[in-house]
Amino acid sequence: MITVLYFAWVRERIGLPRETLQSSATTVAELVAELVAREERYALAFADLAALRVALDQELSSFDAPLAGVREVAFFPPMTGG
Amino acid sequence: MRIAVQSQPFELGAETEAFASAASGAGAIVTFTGIVRDTNQRLAAMDIEHYPGMTEKALTSIATEAQARWSLSDVLVIHRHGRLVPGEMIMMVATAAPHRADAFAAAEYLMDYLKSRAPFWKKEIGADGAEWVAAKDSDEAALQRW
Repeated sequence: MITVLYFAWVRERIGLPRETLQSSATTVAELVAELVAREERYALAFADLAALRVALDQELSSFDAPLAGVREVAFFPPMTGG
Repeated sequence: MRIAVQSQPFELGAETEAFASAASGAGAIVTFTGIVRDTNQRLAAMDIEHYPGMTEKALTSIATEAQARWSLSDVLVIHRHGRLVPGEMIMMVATAAPHRADAFAAAEYLMDYLKSRAPFWKKEIGADGAEWVAAKDSDEAALQRW
């Protein structure tokens, strides 16, 4: 089981802040493909990956990163702190 | 080093005083404060969302890197989340160092990194609706100088 979190407009488009799911994905990109295949709202949220960032276990990562051993994946737009 | 991620307001004067007394051996203290601005009089509020857990880790790692790069005696980062109105203080950083060059440089470094590497997202709530603040290319470009 993997926990997936969504923030900012990604959360709004998908309609929930987090979910726990069973996935056979071995990379972030494969997980995104699984999500996109589920429902239109996921396809909408992940339409432009260049506009998204991903964190694996709370560390910034990339879409081609492996998921082995990862417990928490988060998707969000570029950060706007400060 | 102190990192605080909180919804409640902070007192700039009290925080600066406490930081300065704790860093009494330092020759220089620089502070920066970010305030919610309303440039065109249309902003009712700003919602700041964050990623609990990752936010604290990211801020700690940015502050640790600043301490590795410059000779600092202390670092303070306070960043708020939740709903803020124009004029409210969003965040502050303070750096203490033997000399001012290190204190200034480290404060700028902290600001550049926490703008685009700390998981906060701002949403502007206006009279005509709400809109997420988009990250600027210049924020990303600002990291290149370090």
